[in-house]
Amino acid sequence: MPDKRTKTIRTATLARVEGEGAMRVRIEAGQVTEVALDIYEPPRFFEAFLRGRDFAEAVDITSRICGICPVAYQMSAVTAMESLCGVEVGGQLRALRRLLYCGEWIESHALHIFMLHAPDFLGYAGAVEMARDHPAIVADALKLKKAGNEVMRVVGGREVHPINLRVGGLHRVPRKAELATLVEGLERAREIALGAVTLTATLDFPDYEQDFEFVALAHPGEYPIDRGRVVSDHGLDIAPADYMTHFVESHVPWSHALHSQRTDGSTYVVGPLARFATSYDELTPLAREAAAGVGLRPPERNPFRSIVVRSVELVHAVDEALALIADYEEPDAPALEVIPRAGVGHGVSEAPRGLLYHRYEIDADGTILDAVIVPPTSQNQTAIEADLRGVVERSLDLPDAELSVRCEQTIRNYDPCISCATHFLKLDVQRV
Amino acid sequence: MSTATRRKPKLAVWKFSSCDGCQLSLLDCEDELLALAGEVEIAYFPEATSATVRGPYDLSLVEGSITTEEDCERIQKVRSASRRLVTIGACATAGGIQALRNVADVDEFVALVYAQPEHISTLATSTPISEHVAVDFELRGCPIDKHQLLEVIGAQLAGRRPQIATTSVCTECKRRGTVCVTVAHGTPCLGPVTHAGCGAICPSYNRGCYGCFGPMETPNVSALTRQMRDLDTTETVIDHLFHTFNASAEPFAGAGSRGA
Repeated sequence: MPDKRTKTIRTATLARVEGEGAMRVRIEAGQVTEVALDIYEPPRFFEAFLRGRDFAEAVDITSRICGICPVAYQMSAVTAMESLCGVEVGGQLRALRRLLYCGEWIESHALHIFMLHAPDFLGYAGAVEMARDHPAIVADALKLKKAGNEVMRVVGGREVHPINLRVGGLHRVPRKAELATLVEGLERAREIALGAVTLTATLDFPDYEQDFEFVALAHPGEYPIDRGRVVSDHGLDIAPADYMTHFVESHVPWSHALHSQRTDGSTYVVGPLARFATSYDELTPLAREAAAGVGLRPPERNPFRSIVVRSVELVHAVDEALALIADYEEPDAPALEVIPRAGVGHGVSEAPRGLLYHRYEIDADGTILDAVIVPPTSQNQTAIEADLRGVVERSLDLPDAELSVRCEQTIRNYDPCISCATHFLKLDVQRV
Repeated sequence: MSTATRRKPKLAVWKFSSCDGCQLSLLDCEDELLALAGEVEIAYFPEATSATVRGPYDLSLVEGSITTEEDCERIQKVRSASRRLVTIGACATAGGIQALRNVADVDEFVALVYAQPEHISTLATSTPISEHVAVDFELRGCPIDKHQLLEVIGAQLAGRRPQIATTSVCTECKRRGTVCVTVAHGTPCLGPVTHAGCGAICPSYNRGCYGCFGPMETPNVSALTRQMRDLDTTETVIDHLFHTFNASAEPFAGAGSRGA
């Protein structure tokens, strides 16, 4: 039997992520010497072909970066253009957009918690396999997901690549009666989401903590979703316009995604753990109670427990969607007029998997001259690699098959959207 | 179908260059997903399950376009492992939005986006699956409609023709009673030339169709272009309308300024 330390293991596809990539972990004499998340999703060049398009087109074009979180792309794009043109969308128009965004959070979080991440903890290949032993859990998860998708359909026109957002507001505002049809499904979803917090809290979590800077949006009086300043638990507090002076993207040979770091070279994290750490007080009372009920308090530094935090955020998103519907009054006009002017605009919002930054330069006619898009998964890539290193170092005793599963689970902690970051992960563990 | 003596048909879902939205549509069938999983064996679907079953597959759904040398080879393997192959979405059926590179200098695109272009391997074009292998059915849309997807899966497994209308979005507006946005408001709309299937969502939200389902069978693009010009739509707007989500699909590709 060959020495384990000289074995090279290749496991097949890492599944249950959005997009394609590969993973290399090299272990030499019991030491992890190399960890690389290789994103080989072919590049699609959005930033290049946005040049020459009209500023009003970015909303529909950038949504095609990601079928899982199109609203995030749409919202970051419209807010960038609006801020550039000196327009702020408020009142019920903003409330409708936030409602749409809550729909995306519900749909995306429900998908990730139950269908992509929970099977890791419970030892199933996927949700369909899990449904054989836990039919009620999967049936509930699908109801929850459907409630989010229904919000997307009614407010946005459809679930994937909604069509109703535009620079200045929306194309059409829904009638009160249309939104009322969502209430019953959302009320049921709220009960299921509360159950999800309790259920996920009882899972078996590997003992691992990280100490990276948590970066998220923040705005007084609200949980960060559609706007805010860029803040961190290390004291960062900047306007979106200053984003690029505090964060840098670099290109590494093994990946089609650009890696983001703080300008001082340090690693940071975006997503549910970061939002929970910096805006816990802004969760709805019900969401905070749910967190407290399972002993979860900020900051939560074990990335495996992100599944519980995501469940708390689900409670919040459903709760807030119901409140937005209850307070809804039909606005007089579906959109504000936005007249283009030459300049640079910045748009930030919180995709379900973390902060998404857009920067556009346009000319006086509204033609896009330059576009920069920094998706959440590129920002988390350095942290994912660091976690992999940390997790592998603590789990060297595990048999290779189990180690592979643990590595995949570590990656899924971040709900990575690799299509965004530029397709399937392949895990390649080399022990030399 | 589900008797113990009858083997369940094997379903595989493959991804090429895309946003994942079309395969997500399968997971978005919340009311039908578990029933579907009872009727077919989900043999390969990495976005949903890490369990894989070897081919051959009875039905392969293919999302995404071909943009790399490796994918040119991979699609051949997918075809040879599949009894029926259905392409889903604008990327797979027309090259998708990333086919905008087909009329640009791809090296310039790489240099614009990446600091170290030498690390990037990509083809100069984004091409539909049908340019590489035989395709049994093409389901249109950016994204596809999930009800149409279920119809196509059901039809393929039953060995019948899918009931997918090949008319225009215009006919869907008429059927749902939506006031014509072009007639009423002069809004440029690709509805008259765009493949039906979405249910005419955009006009029902007071905006013109932007053609995400691509060209219908035998569309009259030049007549529509004339109509848009008569309504003082600028050449840039006409160009952009035809050249976005299905930029490489004829006759959209040759429309506007690229036309005669």
